[in-house]
Amino acid sequence: MDDHGEKTSQKSSEKTSPKRARAARPELKFGAVWQYEPAPESTDHFAIAPRHELFVGGAWKKPRSGEYFTTIDPATERVLSEVAMAGEKDVDAAVAAARQAFPAWSRLSGEDRSRYLFRIARILLERAREFACLETLDNGKPIRETRDVDIPLAAQHFFYHAGWADKLELLFPGQQAEPLGVVGQIIPWNFPLLMAAWKIAPALAAGNCVVLKPAETSPLTALRLCEVLQQAGLPPGVVNVITGDGSTGALLVRHRGLQKVAFTGSTEVGKEIQRAVAGAGIELTLELGGKAAHVVFEDAALDQAVEGVVRGIFFNQGHVCCAGSRLLVQESVHDLFVEKLRARMARIRVGNPMDKNTDMGAIHSKVQLGRIEQLVAAGVAEGASLFQSACELPKKGFWFAPSMFTNVALSHRIAREEIFGPVLSVLTFRTPEEAVEKANNTSYGLSAGIWTDKGSRILWLAERMKAGVVWNNTFNRFDAGSPFGGFKESGFGREGGRQGMRAYVKLRGSLSPG
Amino acid sequence: MIDILAVVRHDPCLVAFLRMSPSLTPVEFRVPPVDAVALETRAAELATRSIKKQAKVQGLRLCIAMMDLTTLEGMDSPGKVRQLCAKAKHPLPGRTDLPSCAAVCVYPDLVEVAVHALRGSTVQVASVATGFPSGRTDRALKLREVQLAVEAGASEIDMVIDRGAFLSGRYGQVYDEICEVKQACGPARLKVILETGELKTYDNIRRACRIALLAGGDFLKTSTGKVTPASTLPVVLLMLEAVRDHYLETGNQVGVKAAGGIRTGKDALRYLVLVAETAGDLWLSPSWFRFGASSLLNDVLMQLEKERTARYQRPTDFSAD
Repeated sequence: MDDHGEKTSQKSSEKTSPKRARAARPELKFGAVWQYEPAPESTDHFAIAPRHELFVGGAWKKPRSGEYFTTIDPATERVLSEVAMAGEKDVDAAVAAARQAFPAWSRLSGEDRSRYLFRIARILLERAREFACLETLDNGKPIRETRDVDIPLAAQHFFYHAGWADKLELLFPGQQAEPLGVVGQIIPWNFPLLMAAWKIAPALAAGNCVVLKPAETSPLTALRLCEVLQQAGLPPGVVNVITGDGSTGALLVRHRGLQKVAFTGSTEVGKEIQRAVAGAGIELTLELGGKAAHVVFEDAALDQAVEGVVRGIFFNQGHVCCAGSRLLVQESVHDLFVEKLRARMARIRVGNPMDKNTDMGAIHSKVQLGRIEQLVAAGVAEGASLFQSACELPKKGFWFAPSMFTNVALSHRIAREEIFGPVLSVLTFRTPEEAVEKANNTSYGLSAGIWTDKGSRILWLAERMKAGVVWNNTFNRFDAGSPFGGFKESGFGREGGRQGMRAYVKLRGSLSPG
Repeated sequence: MIDILAVVRHDPCLVAFLRMSPSLTPVEFRVPPVDAVALETRAAELATRSIKKQAKVQGLRLCIAMMDLTTLEGMDSPGKVRQLCAKAKHPLPGRTDLPSCAAVCVYPDLVEVAVHALRGSTVQVASVATGFPSGRTDRALKLREVQLAVEAGASEIDMVIDRGAFLSGRYGQVYDEICEVKQACGPARLKVILETGELKTYDNIRRACRIALLAGGDFLKTSTGKVTPASTLPVVLLMLEAVRDHYLETGNQVGVKAAGGIRTGKDALRYLVLVAETAGDLWLSPSWFRFGASSLLNDVLMQLEKERTARYQRPTDFSAD
């Protein structure tokens, strides 16, 4: 920052010809002439029950333990509802309900399963506004994102997989695709409904039954999805949702009534799960952490690349496993690009997530805020330069300003560890080879982004990036038809597309073992 | 010895770079490429901003003050122009608190009528020139037309660039012509119409912006209104980025005029959001951002009356000029 300031002041003093003399470096001003009024989305069109039970066998069941925990709105720390804590017997009951439902569900024709999925998708869209509001309240992400991304994408996953349900023989030609049985699914708090849809839709399309455990800090939309399932007339037991903390998840993955476990979450927990299911003949897919490289070449469309980088790291407060948290920018445009980024970051509207003009909402939890603060402090201590947008943060709730580190070395913790927050680390490179080397120099491999105007370079880099998704001149774009998943410590297995369906079937009658 | 400036004459950006201070890096002085998908995504994202209550009223008032009330028809007559001038001065009878429009925009032969009708008001007279709308005429005639309009009292000239020259790669010719027109304008402010609907690609538009900025245009203007598409949000976003970067690089502020196809107050507010979040406060003024429109004003007035009275009036409650 200081570096650049010095250079530019030098620059203007060099140019003090009489004609071009000017007092100060030109500066832009924002927000003093015309301000937007608060535009909060109304919440009077739906209610949140004071207590939520477990959804087992198509009905709401009290937890055997009688224990409940609370879920809060991270933007205000207000308690939204009490949620049941599922114990061992509840997990047993949920798996038993799924096992009971499996024979009939798996024998249903593909066309009939398809109808249920279509119905779920349609009802979800009809209730989109309610789901968007609830997701924003429970998660802290802005209503703009839940309205325009989370809910439409969740519905799209049901629509997309409805299409596969009656076409399994086209997916796997010459082979017979059979469902696995009962699938235990554990999902994270960053995209609560969307992750539920990613997990449930392919499982049902293939004829499996599901026991889903949402994250304990964001269970409300997955629970409300159960209402949609009931509305759609889905047979009891096909989908069961049990809530609880990590101990409930541990009980679920250790349950031997499962044929498959699917997990999205941290690498640490993913490794534990892999150990828990080892040797039990249980299939496993893991979608874990990431430390994506976002590579910007000097010939890139820089203004749009800035938008891409912002979308890559500040979307969903950076609580995204595929977030573009390491910016690799070509040295020749580093100063210019960082300057543009800094100006753009100052424009990010941080605040009430329910306000339709908010770009970045609240950090999801106190724990996560603590982790972000700790890693940012480590970055400062290791000598990187921190820039934070000077936005005013609300007093209550969990907040963190959009942040960017420059002068980052590859050996810094902020360049290696997943921060899972709105913190960007900027590194530089000089040649395409160096960009690839630095991009791949991580224990993760979930996603990567490339910004260049040169098509051949995009292909050259995409071939060499060790990442499950490589975005070219865009970032954080998702589609139900596009497989998503990682390399190395980012996990294995794919979700979405044909590859995603493969994770929910066993194949028979094939020449090569599926 | 090789005359470098002669060799690179068709790349005005490079010429300007070579002429200017060596402390600028070539990266800052290239024409930046544009990524269409990301540009349109950003424009669509900003179009979802929710502008309510006082912000809406203030924004709509600003839109009136930024409006170049325009009539550019073969059937234009002195009577029509006088009517338009009356509307520009006092957009709504009885609402003296509303601002006047920024300017009235007419063909050169009607400049005198407009000047007469607007005498004593703050409303400027803008004239199109240079063989508007196609620009397909001899340069001497173009310059003469500019000169006549200025002599007749126009304080703003809306020229069209030579798209034929641009699309065949004779960028130097486009640049030279703008320079000459600028000179012919004298004290009048020059708006350079890029006619983005004919340039087609965002890369072309960005290059045309650069050329017009380096040639000394006071405003970049999207369209003549005679070609579809006229003004679009992504194009204006791109122009705002261009003038913003030009300002940061050189200290010279240049305005933007979105013209054609903007018919509702809601549309206009979306443009205003682009200005507010891209170029910022310096451009949120009639001196630096304009709307070129004819039917837009009545919708803006209708929205303002709705905010004041909490109900919509009939379209016929507003004068059709």
